Amino acid sequence: MMGEILVFVEHDQGQLSPSAGEALTAARELGERLSQKTAAVLVGQAAEGLGTMCAEYGVQLAYCLTSPVLSDYGPETWGQAIVELANQCSPSVILSVGTDRGNEVLAQVAARLGAPFAANSTVVQRGDAWEITRVQWGGSLLEDIVVDSELLIASYNHHSIEPAFFPGDNEIEVRTVGVELDPTLGRTVIRDRVTLTEGVTLSTASVVVSGGRGVGSADGFAQLEELADLLGGRVGCSRAVTNNGWRSHADQVGQTGTRIAPEIYIACGISGAIQHWVGAMASKNILAINTDREANMVTKAGYAVIADLHEVIPAVIEEVKRRRS
Amino acid sequence: MRVLVCVKRVPAPGSRINISPDQLNVDTAHLGFTTSPHEECALEEAAQIIEQHGGTVTVLTAGPTEAEEQLRYAASVGGTDFVLIPNNSGGDWDPERTANAITQAINKLEAEDGQFDLIMFGNESADAGGFQVGVRVAVALDRPIVNGIKGIEINDRVFTARREVDTGVEVYQLEAPAVLGVREGINLPRYPTMKGRLASKKAEIAIAPIEVHAGGQNKVRLHRPEERVTETNVLGESAAAAARVVDLLDELGVL
Ligand SMILES: Cc1cc2nc3c(=O)[nH]c(=O)nc-3n(C[C@H](O)[C@H](O)[C@H](O)COP(=O)(O)OP(=O)(O)OC[C@H]3O[C@@H](n4cnc5c(N)ncnc54)[C@H](O)[C@@H]3O)c2cc1C
Ligand SMILES: Nc1ncnc2c1ncn2[C@@H]1O[C@H](COP(=O)(O)O)[C@@H](O)[C@H]1O
Repeated sequence: MMGEILVFVEHDQGQLSPSAGEALTAARELGERLSQKTAAVLVGQAAEGLGTMCAEYGVQLAYCLTSPVLSDYGPETWGQAIVELANQCSPSVILSVGTDRGNEVLAQVAARLGAPFAANSTVVQRGDAWEITRVQWGGSLLEDIVVDSELLIASYNHHSIEPAFFPGDNEIEVRTVGVELDPTLGRTVIRDRVTLTEGVTLSTASVVVSGGRGVGSADGFAQLEELADLLGGRVGCSRAVTNNGWRSHADQVGQTGTRIAPEIYIACGISGAIQHWVGAMASKNILAINTDREANMVTKAGYAVIADLHEVIPAVIEEVKRRRS
Repeated sequence: MRVLVCVKRVPAPGSRINISPDQLNVDTAHLGFTTSPHEECALEEAAQIIEQHGGTVTVLTAGPTEAEEQLRYAASVGGTDFVLIPNNSGGDWDPERTANAITQAINKLEAEDGQFDLIMFGNESADAGGFQVGVRVAVALDRPIVNGIKGIEINDRVFTARREVDTGVEVYQLEAPAVLGVREGINLPRYPTMKGRLASKKAEIAIAPIEVHAGGQNKVRLHRPEERVTETNVLGESAAAAARVVDLLDELGVL
């Protein structure tokens, strides 16, 4: 099999994205396994300086794609730029990490090349054909697929690769490649940004106090708010709660909400449906407060209190205050 | 405004997802079905758009005959026209095939009744999560698409679309005819009213059979990821457990 492995390295206006290390590590590892050369793909002039950072992960070649149309991020311009590069160098694989942009750009590339695209893969192997394992249901299920195509376009499931620097004195060659792009593709380039400066977010909080249908009402969340505040944490909730309009969707944990990874997840009145669980399962510790001993959240949690949350939480709040005073 | 929303019928499993004996599908024997959540929100957004600007909302699905249930539900929450592309193969089509079928259906609908100003998809389907059908359709139709949208404003024929990222919000502007992939949280979908239920009974569903070739992605089998087995430490069965809960918080260094 000919051709190199291209890996799309995400950046935002020249700032390397946190997922870049995952992408480069995965690509280098695949390159070693398939005995193929790996090249980073940096889209836009703003990314030209990122070559040295790619080198730290042991990738020795980077293409920096430039065109006046490649100003800020745009799925169509970025996708078509990678297509232009692929047409020049005939890669065997085009990889990314399955972030919003990683999946969006590779879907564009695949659609434009008329090739299959395997999003959120956990295993990539080459037998007689490409054999891939990929995530379904936001991680609750895995799917083995065979991809019937010489060119594999795939993203790696976000957070499934541990980024690893490559030891030694790593050199990288950065080749600037001018690409011809139809200016009309600029129609989906970012026009404006609103920067938010928030403190602790749901996805970064070390304590999440979460409520489900068992909380019973929007007002019922006052107790959870108080406990979360005391512990410097954030309030989360289940989809039953957002559907009832008790909390904003920004607080929802799960497959279609936020993935969290706190030191402790306190799940109150949540049954632990699989779609909720996939959002919470990366928590280091879980305490379930539930009246039902058999609830999935309880049987999967490391710790549980089997009682009415409206009695337990005020008692916990009192106890925290007592020990602190 | 002429709006099209593409929705998918998906099973609604509870605490675990069981796999069929042939390992190719989710075992749905004891499951209800629903519309994939992001698409429910796309439909709500479309309903709000035509309430404000006038127009129609066509709801399109590719799936088994039973997917009529999701189209009827759509009729109860604001959809006006309904199209089913039958796939009675007993399983999902691969993403290329689905996109191809949807594109052909759109071409037909547009030839008959005029172009859609806005075509909406979910950010990803709840089950397969392929992250691509919308993009493939948009590319085939040569229309702009942005995925992950959590806010839409309409000014004349320009859609201002917002996407949340870690650091804030990205703002895109797409001119009609455009395509958007929508995320749950953009709105709170309504529940059907009495009037909606009636509309649902009366809804006419157009069946649009489409011949499409399989794409390059072939399913071999489904399996479950390794489950973490946990011994649950029950700290108590009343409010008296509070002391042990706070001991735990202390131990974990979060007190
Ligand atoms: C495609 C799809 C995607 C989904 N995505 C998500 C998602 O991202 N996030 C999500 O959360 N859900 C999601 N869901 C919904 C999910 O399937 C469940 O319906 C939902 O998580 C249930 O919420 P719940 O646990 O709060 O409610 P329930 O399942 O009704 O559970 C309530 C729990 O509260 C307990 N309880 C009741 N009263 C008390 C009390 N006084 N004290 C203590 N305990 C009490 C009960 O014993 C029960 O265990 C999704 C569903 C689908 C189909
Ligand atoms: N069978 C289908 N019928 C109608 N729309 C679909 C179907 N499959 C996927 N879609 C649409 O395409 C989006 C992306 O799907 P996917 O590429 O599977 O993640 C979904 O959110 C739906 O809006």
